[in-house]
Amino acid sequence: MKKEILIPYQTIVIKEFLRFARIWIQTILPSVVTMFLYIIIFGNFIGERIGEIKNFSYMDYIIPGLIIMPVISNSYMNVVGSFYSSRFMKSIEELLVSPVPNNIILLGYITGGVLRGFAVGIAVYVVVTFFTDLEIVNIWLTVFMTFMTAFLFSTAGFINAVFAKTWDDINIVPTFILAPLTYLGGTFFAIDLLPEIWQNISLFNPIAYIVSAFRYGFLGIEEMNIEFSILIITSITFILYIIALSLLSKGTGIKN
Amino acid sequence: MSENAIDIINLDKIYKNRVQALNCINLSVKKGDLFAFLGPNGAGKSTVIGIISSLVTITSGRVCVFGDDIQQKPELVKRNIGLVPQEYNLNQFITVEETMFNIAGYFGIEKRLAAEKIYKLLNQLGIWNKRKNTPRELSGGMKRRMMIAKALIHDPKLLILDEPTAGVDTELRLNMWDFFKELNEQGVTIILTTHYLEEAERLCKNLAIIHKGNIVQKSTMDEIYRIKNQHTYIVKTTQPLNGMPVIDDCEIDKIDSYTCEITTDTMSVTDIIEKLKYMKIDVGSILNKRNKLEEVFIQLTDD
Ligand SMILES: Nc1ncnc2c1ncn2[C@@H]1O[C@H](COP(=O)(O)OP(=O)(O)OP(=O)(O)O)[C@@H](O)[C@H]1O
Ligand SMILES: [Mg+2]
Repeated sequence: MKKEILIPYQTIVIKEFLRFARIWIQTILPSVVTMFLYIIIFGNFIGERIGEIKNFSYMDYIIPGLIIMPVISNSYMNVVGSFYSSRFMKSIEELLVSPVPNNIILLGYITGGVLRGFAVGIAVYVVVTFFTDLEIVNIWLTVFMTFMTAFLFSTAGFINAVFAKTWDDINIVPTFILAPLTYLGGTFFAIDLLPEIWQNISLFNPIAYIVSAFRYGFLGIEEMNIEFSILIITSITFILYIIALSLLSKGTGIKN
Repeated sequence: MSENAIDIINLDKIYKNRVQALNCINLSVKKGDLFAFLGPNGAGKSTVIGIISSLVTITSGRVCVFGDDIQQKPELVKRNIGLVPQEYNLNQFITVEETMFNIAGYFGIEKRLAAEKIYKLLNQLGIWNKRKNTPRELSGGMKRRMMIAKALIHDPKLLILDEPTAGVDTELRLNMWDFFKELNEQGVTIILTTHYLEEAERLCKNLAIIHKGNIVQKSTMDEIYRIKNQHTYIVKTTQPLNGMPVIDDCEIDKIDSYTCEITTDTMSVTDIIEKLKYMKIDVGSILNKRNKLEEVFIQLTDD
């Protein structure tokens, strides 16, 4: 068990952790800088004119969304970047010729993405604490949601990496799908205060459930039903994991 | 347990672009062999090797390694195989040492034991002082050695070498040959593909030649030497040749006034020397233009 599973898993996770930790200026710092900008622009310049939403200052209201946004993009980018580059350099062959089970390879890469998600999430949270006295209402739910979010998007990043044929392909999904869904997912506004048609459209946006559930953990305000949100997020994660595992087992994109 | 290190049974491979790379091939390699797997460019050597080491999928047929089917027991089989692929597959961003530790980890080797093995292997291969460098900082020959080190970290019983000496200088090549021979003597079965037929001749006892996805020759190296066919000799004379000598059953081409090429399928070297002597031509040296393996190879893979 130790030899077949634990050591290989540890090895992949440490490799993935070191990969992003060594280049933290490119992997962690940008989100921190962006967080500063968001807080200054939306929190101070604009936020004062908007006033309160649901008894929170505008800045406090958007903070959970501002934290989960980089968790989404970083966990995704970590796995898609790392796995694609190991395909590109062919170093993925080192894993393919070794007896590591596919589940462990996949979990190893996903864990790397989750660690990056947490690293960025914590870094931007530290920034936040300089500007507000907000206290996290339900720390366990917040941590759980961060975990689920990072897991979901790491898995999605893995699938993207399997299909990518060029370096450009790894930016298509983040730019054209993730970013719009994130901006429309209720980070900067309350979905339940939107006109009904937009509310209905948002029901099909998985990121809306994530932002809502994360905000519930953080601020304690329930916008979309929390149990239903967790169910949706868990189901999507499960489905993506099964897809990723079957792609890996079939050797799509990695075996000729 | 099977007698053979490898059994390939009715193996077909059709790539996604519909290229039929292998055409129902059958091949066995005995345990403990040092086996040459030869063929011209595009013949299908790397395809076979890719399939044995699970980097290429099987279209139909079976492959067993030490008696275990690679599709039924992939994890068990992979523990027994060390692969040096034809193309570099090195992570450019991490050091030699780190890569070695990672691979050891994939094989479940504990850190302390891995450190010992890495020390030994990198020293044997002469790249210990490069352990803190990334592959970008290595020369071609050093990268080849690193590829060999990667394949050996888990002490495989079968080592597959896909053109391991491509782009390697003469001295290093000789060192590598010794290294492979030594491994083989310790009981490691080795499969070697190479375009340097001399390499195959020096190292290997048995061989197969593949051409356009078909195995066209399976034999021992000795059998190759016994195959009867044409030889071409290059003859250097001590005196300038006056005109063209004529010998029955021989085709003679004059290269320059001291050199001619004699092609024959019946006469031995002594016969030729004798005939020339009879014609008062004094032979300074005579050598086989091609070695035997090369001749057979060219004959079998000629279109
Ligand atoms: N990934 C691939 N996709 C499609 N066709 C391929 C692929 N790899 C190899 N082929 C084709 O399969 C055939 C056999 O190729 P292979 O690489 O096995 O030859 P080889 O004997 O190793 O040649 P070389 O000595 O040049 O390395 C060739 O026709 C090649 O074009
Ligand atoms: Mg090849």
